[in-house]
Amino acid sequence: MRESSHPLAGLRQRIARIAASGVESHRAEGWLASGHARFDDALQGGLAIGHIHEFFAADALDATSAAAFAALVALRTPGKAPLIWLRTTDANKRSGRIYAPGIAELGGDPDRLLLVETADPKMLLACANDAIRCAGSAAVIVESWGKFPLLDLTAGRRLALGARDAGTTLLMLRLNAVPTPSVAETRWSVAAAASYALEANAPGAPAFDLELLRWRGGPAGTCWRLDWNHDEHAFGEAPLSGALLPLPARRAMASHGAAAA
Amino acid sequence: MRLASVDTAALAVGLRPGMPLADARAQVGDLAIVPHDPASDQEWLDRLAQGCARYTPLVALDAPDGLILDIAGAEHLLGGEAGVIADIEMRFARLGMTLRHALGPTADAARALARYQARPAPDEASAIRRLPVAALELESEAATALVRAGLKTIGDLAGRPMANLAARFGADAAMALRRILGDAPSPLDPRVTPPPVVAERRFAEPLGSSAHANKVLAQLTAEAIEDLAERGKGGRHFRATFFRSDGLARTIAIETAHPTRDSGLVMRLFAERMDSLADPLDPGFGFDMIRLAVPRLEALGATQLKLEGGAARTANESAAMDELADRLATRLGRGRVRRLSPADTHIPEQAQLELPAIDAPTPLPWQAPEPGEPPTRPFHLFDPPQPIEVIAEVPDGPPHQFRWRRAFHAIRRYEGPERIAAEWWRRRDNGGLTRDYYRVEDAQGRRFWLFRHGLYDEKPDPRWYIHGVFA
Repeated sequence: MRESSHPLAGLRQRIARIAASGVESHRAEGWLASGHARFDDALQGGLAIGHIHEFFAADALDATSAAAFAALVALRTPGKAPLIWLRTTDANKRSGRIYAPGIAELGGDPDRLLLVETADPKMLLACANDAIRCAGSAAVIVESWGKFPLLDLTAGRRLALGARDAGTTLLMLRLNAVPTPSVAETRWSVAAAASYALEANAPGAPAFDLELLRWRGGPAGTCWRLDWNHDEHAFGEAPLSGALLPLPARRAMASHGAAAA
Repeated sequence: MRLASVDTAALAVGLRPGMPLADARAQVGDLAIVPHDPASDQEWLDRLAQGCARYTPLVALDAPDGLILDIAGAEHLLGGEAGVIADIEMRFARLGMTLRHALGPTADAARALARYQARPAPDEASAIRRLPVAALELESEAATALVRAGLKTIGDLAGRPMANLAARFGADAAMALRRILGDAPSPLDPRVTPPPVVAERRFAEPLGSSAHANKVLAQLTAEAIEDLAERGKGGRHFRATFFRSDGLARTIAIETAHPTRDSGLVMRLFAERMDSLADPLDPGFGFDMIRLAVPRLEALGATQLKLEGGAARTANESAAMDELADRLATRLGRGRVRRLSPADTHIPEQAQLELPAIDAPTPLPWQAPEPGEPPTRPFHLFDPPQPIEVIAEVPDGPPHQFRWRRAFHAIRRYEGPERIAAEWWRRRDNGGLTRDYYRVEDAQGRRFWLFRHGLYDEKPDPRWYIHGVFA
C-alpha cells in the first residue's frame, strides 16, 4: 500500500507542474516588483511587464545608480530568463564595464546577463527592436548617453508595440539626458542616496533616491528612498541616513551611526 | 633598391629579379615600377587559392607565389587533367596572371616540375629525372658542389647511393630528393581542411543576380540539412562560397551557439550577414558555382515534443533567445554579444571574462554575497582605472577628498584598505605594486572604489585611481 502511494504522489506532482506551466504561459500581464510593499502598491503592482519604463540618471554621476536599479528590478524575477543589456561601445569608457562580481555580490545572477555592444546609437535602436520582439527575456535594458534624437515618438511607439506584442519589458536607461516626451509607461529619475552607515562609518547597502516623473496609470511626482537588501533579494525602505546632517568629520559620523542604530 | 619580381615583358628584355633598380632603369628607360608589398601578395595568393577551391577542396599555398592543388579524383569533372589545366589557364588569364604549371605524381614532384623544369621530356618520370639539381633547393654552395661533381640532374643523383648524398649534404637533401622522386610521402597542408558536409551547385550559365544566388543557397541549405539529419548531427558553422566566373570567390560564414538543423534559421542568419556586409556580394560577371560547407558539426538528437502536443514553451523561448543572440552576433560581430564568466584571480579587472555568447561558455559559480554586508565590488568597473587627484590626511591613510572628471568629491564615509597584492608568482620579476582599495561615499551619497597604486615603501609617490562605481 505504502509502495503504491509514491507513484501516485509523483503523478500528482507532475499534473500540478503541467497545470502550473499552463498558467505561466499566459504571462502577458504582470509586474516587475521591487519587493518593497509600499512602492509596489503605489504602482499597483510594480513596473508593468510588456511596457517601456524610462530611467533617467539625475546627474551624469548617478549613471551607476540608475543602471543598478534597472538591473536589480529585472534580476529580482525568479528563474533563469536572460537580461539583455544593450549599450554602445563608448559606454565602457564613460560609465565603466558592467562588472559581474559586483552584480553577484548584490545577489543577482551574472549568468543571466547577455551583453550586446553596438558601434552607434542607430544600431543600438535596431538591435533593441529585435531584442524586445523576442519573448523569453526577463527584461531588455537599453543604455544610452546624452540626447537620443533617433528615439523620437515614432521609434518609441514601435518599441512599445514590440514590447506589448511579445510581452517583454524594455527598461530605457537614459544617462546624462533630460526627460523628454515619450511613450513610456513610467518615467523615473534615479539618484544615489547616502547609505545607512555601518560600523566604523563604513558605507552601507546601496541606496537610491527615486522620483516618479510620469506614470500613465496614475499620479506622478512621488519620491522614494529605497535601499537594496541582497539577503532578502528585495528593495526596502532606506532609513533616513546621516548625510542630511552637516557633520563633516568622520569620527563624528561614527557616533551618529551608533546612535541611529 | 632591387627588383623583387618582373613580368614576362621585362624578362624578355633581360631584367631579372634581384637586379639593382638603377641598372634596370639604365637598361629600360620607361620602366613601370610598383613598390614590393609582400602582405598584399600574400592576400592575393590567398584569394586565388580560395578561387581554386572550385577544382578541389585540397588547395595548399606554396608561398610566396605558388599554389598546389591535389586534383586526384576530381579531374574528371572538367574532362581530365588537360581540362583542369585549360580551365585554370583561362581563368587566370582573365585575371591578368601568367602562370607556370605542372602535373606530378606527388605534391613535391609537381612543385619541382612547375618551378624548375627547363627541358621538355616525353613522360613524367623522365621529366623528373631531367630536373636540375637546383630543384632540391639546397644552399647555393651545395648546389655548386653537386654541379662541379658532374651531378647536374635529379636523375644523376637518383642513381647514386642515398647514404652518400645524406653524408655530404645532410639528411634534408636526401629527403628532398626522395620526395621529388616519390619514394617518400609529400603530404599537402591544405589551406582549408575539407568540411564533413558539403553541398554545391555548378551552373552552365553564370548567375547574374544575387537574389537568384540566394535562392540556390536556400536549396543547398536544405540539402546540407538533410545530410546532417541523416548523421544525427547539427551544424554550428555554415560557410557559403560564391565562385565568380572570373576565378575569384567570396566566402560568407555564419555561426550558431548551438547545433542546428533549422534551415529557416540558417537562411535568416545568412540574410542578416549579407545585410551587414560593408561591401555587398558582387556577382561581377556572374557566379558559376555556389558551395555550402558545414565545417563544424555537433551531435543533435531529434527534437522532443511536449506530451500534450506542440513543442514545450520554455524550450521555445530559450530557442528564441538563442536565435536572437546568434542573429545579433551575426550582425554585429561575434565578439560583441557576450556573456560574463568568472576568472580565478584577485586582480579585479581580470576577475571577469567577457566571452562571445556564441561560444556558449559553461556557467561557473560566482562569489556569493556575504549576508548582512554591503557589496565589496563595484557595479561598474573602469578598465583601465582612471587617475584621480586625492588629498589624504596622512600620506598612507584613507582619502579625504578627491577630484575626478573635474569635480570635487568630499568623502563622508569610507572602508578600507582592502589590500590586493600584485600576482608576483605570475611575473618574471616577482614584483608589481600592491594596491590599497577603499570603498568611499561622498557627500551626495555616491559610492566609489578608489585605490592607491603602490605602498609608500614600494614607490615614493604612489598615484591614486578610481576603479569603479558602486550602486
